[in-house]
Amino acid sequence: MSKHWYMLTVTGEDKPGIVARITRTLFDRGMHLGEASMLRLGGNFTIMMMVAGEMDAQALEEALSQVAAELGLSLHIDPMQGGLHRHVPPNFIVRVSGADKAGIVAKVTGVLAQDGFNILGLDSDVAGSEDKPVYIMQIAGIASVPLETLEASLSGLRSEGIDVNVSPVEMLVG
Amino acid sequence: MEALPILTIPDDRLKQVSETVTGFDDSLRRFVAQLELTRQHGPGAVGIAAPQVGHFQRIAIVDCSVTRKPVPNHGNLVLINPEITHWDGYEVGREGCLSVPDYTGNVIRATHIKLKAQDVQGEEHEYEMEGYEARAVQHEIDHLDGILFIDRVVSRRTDLFKRKVYR
Repeated sequence: MSKHWYMLTVTGEDKPGIVARITRTLFDRGMHLGEASMLRLGGNFTIMMMVAGEMDAQALEEALSQVAAELGLSLHIDPMQGGLHRHVPPNFIVRVSGADKAGIVAKVTGVLAQDGFNILGLDSDVAGSEDKPVYIMQIAGIASVPLETLEASLSGLRSEGIDVNVSPVEMLVG
Repeated sequence: MEALPILTIPDDRLKQVSETVTGFDDSLRRFVAQLELTRQHGPGAVGIAAPQVGHFQRIAIVDCSVTRKPVPNHGNLVLINPEITHWDGYEVGREGCLSVPDYTGNVIRATHIKLKAQDVQGEEHEYEMEGYEARAVQHEIDHLDGILFIDRVVSRRTDLFKRKVYR
């Protein structure tokens, strides 16, 4: 079978059964699932999922449209390049926390980008309370510069009240 | 001597609990040599356990003497009938496994352990270990109990702050 991958994006108000209904529909149409990220963000449920099979993008969208309508979800399908088994393990993790203020993500990631840091995964959350929000973020990624270089680059952000630290990820294979 | 083939998931034999070693003879030493060769053959493996090559005895090898950044270690350790007698602290770290190709994940392990194990002669030793080496030993002993790191993977977002005690 020629595997043609699509990136399926699904978002909508969170409720039980979204994953079950979407994946059941895909399974019934003979579609295969690849890597996926599914997450509740701000009371919404979000799915980014690799889907492959014989159907083209239009047929796929039609197949899912009924479930999407019933559950109040919006969906989006893009043909994608790439495929499975392209994992790159991270060698650094950057942890950030601080009073939530404009530009915190742009500043941290801007500094990392200048060092050639490639972000593989980023989790961020706003914690604290309405009147005292705190931004907390973990960034896993890969960079070829040494730890000291990243530390030096990020240290400038501390004077701006951003608590940021970087630690190496020593992968263990056993 | 050649490297032994590695069992990979979804091979049910990886879930088998291994037996205590009772005979410390030449055939044990031959097997250990072959297991070490297989570890060195596996790309970047700091440890290997006998069940990974389909040999269901409580034998593991851990060697953290060659890492990108040096870590506290006891050199090349052959661990026969290993037993963790004490553990302390916990930490998330990234693991992969020769038996789980193309996948890595975060696992919580004790940061400090005390370990009892026999060597190939049957002599008993006690070790105190920390960090990376302690993690490697916990990963290998899991194999002897039929547990893979994917049985312990945590999601950073939801599990990080949930206190989990090793075993």
